[in-house]
Amino acid sequence: MQETTVAMSRTESARRDADPSGPQGAAVDNAVSVRCVSKTFGSVEALKNLSLDFPRGELTSLLGPSGCGKTTLLKIIAGLLEPSSGRVEVGGEAVTGPGPDRAFVFQDFALLPWASVLRNVAFGLELRGMAKSEREAIAEKHICEVGLAGFEHSYPHQLSGGMRQRVGLARALAVDADVLLMDEPFSAVDEQTRRKFQEDLLDLVRNERKTFIFVTHSIEEAVYVSDQIAILLPRPSRVSEIIRPSGFRDKGADNLRRDPEYLDIVDSIWASLRSYVE
Amino acid sequence: MTLLGFRLPGFSSLILWALLWELVGRLDLTFFVPPLSEVVVTLVQILPTPAFLSALGETAQAFLLGVLAAVLAGVPLGILMGRNRLLDELLLPWVNIFLSAPLTALVPVLMVLFGFGMLSIVITTTLFAIWIIILNARAGVLQINRSLVEMAKSFGASPFDAFFKIYFWAALPEILGGVRIGIIRAVKGVIIGQLLISVVGFGALFELYSTNFLMAHFWAVLIVLFALAFAISELLAHLERRVAYYAARR
Repeated sequence: MQETTVAMSRTESARRDADPSGPQGAAVDNAVSVRCVSKTFGSVEALKNLSLDFPRGELTSLLGPSGCGKTTLLKIIAGLLEPSSGRVEVGGEAVTGPGPDRAFVFQDFALLPWASVLRNVAFGLELRGMAKSEREAIAEKHICEVGLAGFEHSYPHQLSGGMRQRVGLARALAVDADVLLMDEPFSAVDEQTRRKFQEDLLDLVRNERKTFIFVTHSIEEAVYVSDQIAILLPRPSRVSEIIRPSGFRDKGADNLRRDPEYLDIVDSIWASLRSYVE
Repeated sequence: MTLLGFRLPGFSSLILWALLWELVGRLDLTFFVPPLSEVVVTLVQILPTPAFLSALGETAQAFLLGVLAAVLAGVPLGILMGRNRLLDELLLPWVNIFLSAPLTALVPVLMVLFGFGMLSIVITTTLFAIWIIILNARAGVLQINRSLVEMAKSFGASPFDAFFKIYFWAALPEILGGVRIGIIRAVKGVIIGQLLISVVGFGALFELYSTNFLMAHFWAVLIVLFALAFAISELLAHLERRVAYYAARR
């Protein structure tokens, strides 16, 4: 039964790949669409003719071996990099640069070391010119939400890696963007913190109704947190398949990691990536 | 520091050198070195005199204006050079040339261009201080964490915001280091300016005392100058330590 689900989702993905401008746009509400994007750095072709849709309110992982251009793709969606050709649409509008509809969570946290947790979380709002009392009220709410109440006036160097990434997450949530772009957000924190983060992320996706785009190099992490997994293969990067795990999402965090479908998907992804790992 | 099991108080080396100075002075080896005690007595005598105070005022004014100009022009220029490749390629050779150039040799040119007054002295002071300030601000910006810049961009920072909220603060430890060294060089600049351009301020005092062989007076003014330069430099070193907590973690 579970095998069929996987097989079906693959068929669907094959159809989408064959016809990227197909009629599924009307059926599925996509928060972000990437259309035929290519990116070259000098003579290196990082992305080639890549098309991918990100359904609204879902978490999509970009998964692939290192150097496959997943971070490049994320930065193009963020408007931090310009594609060499092709286009990206967020909420139906073409991306020309960074915008208030997207917020970025950085792998190395990217906190201002000279600013308190409160100012860091409010920094996105500060850049938008929001009044100090107003933005700090919003920031405090999000600091509580990520479990850092009491640390408002600490500085980043006084926090552990996991707590710093919670600050980074709170900053992204504070600007209330529709799309959250996360660049390997948990790769710089220890394994136990990471598991807690993954569980919290599932709650966040359920409660916030935002669209998450999540770059990771961990197969288990991708399968655990994603509604949709896009597997990218390198040199040049293209989407090789799209997997939509469906059977185990509501079985609860405790049972998820030993669910047969979960294990099958992890295995099949590893089988297709194995040959690309040096 | 400990010596033979005894813990030495701070400034022990200064005490040793002061004793040596006193000894050489007492031995009357050369008129050039009067005993330190005599210098200190002279120092206390001339400190409240109007001649000394007005010289101090003139020197302080030229020094502060020169340093202010060097900081206000040097820090933004250094930051811009660190950010803009074209500007950097254009200006870096000149900054390096002027950093090592014998600026004293340029003073006559300044006199022709800007006259024999305060303006030339201030410009001399600025020229002594500014190059290291530019280089340090530039170095501070070059080592900035790329993802901080991307973070600011992704949250919609204008170039103005990025300059004042990211680049300036990220480069602050290096900027303060540059300003501290620049200020020490500016002390040299202001005295050379006052000696060569128009004989005013401390420069005039040095001129007056050395030509009249008033060595105790000469040393007294030099000690005051050292003390002032040391105090300013320590103040900046203190500020540097206050931002040191994030210098290693940007």
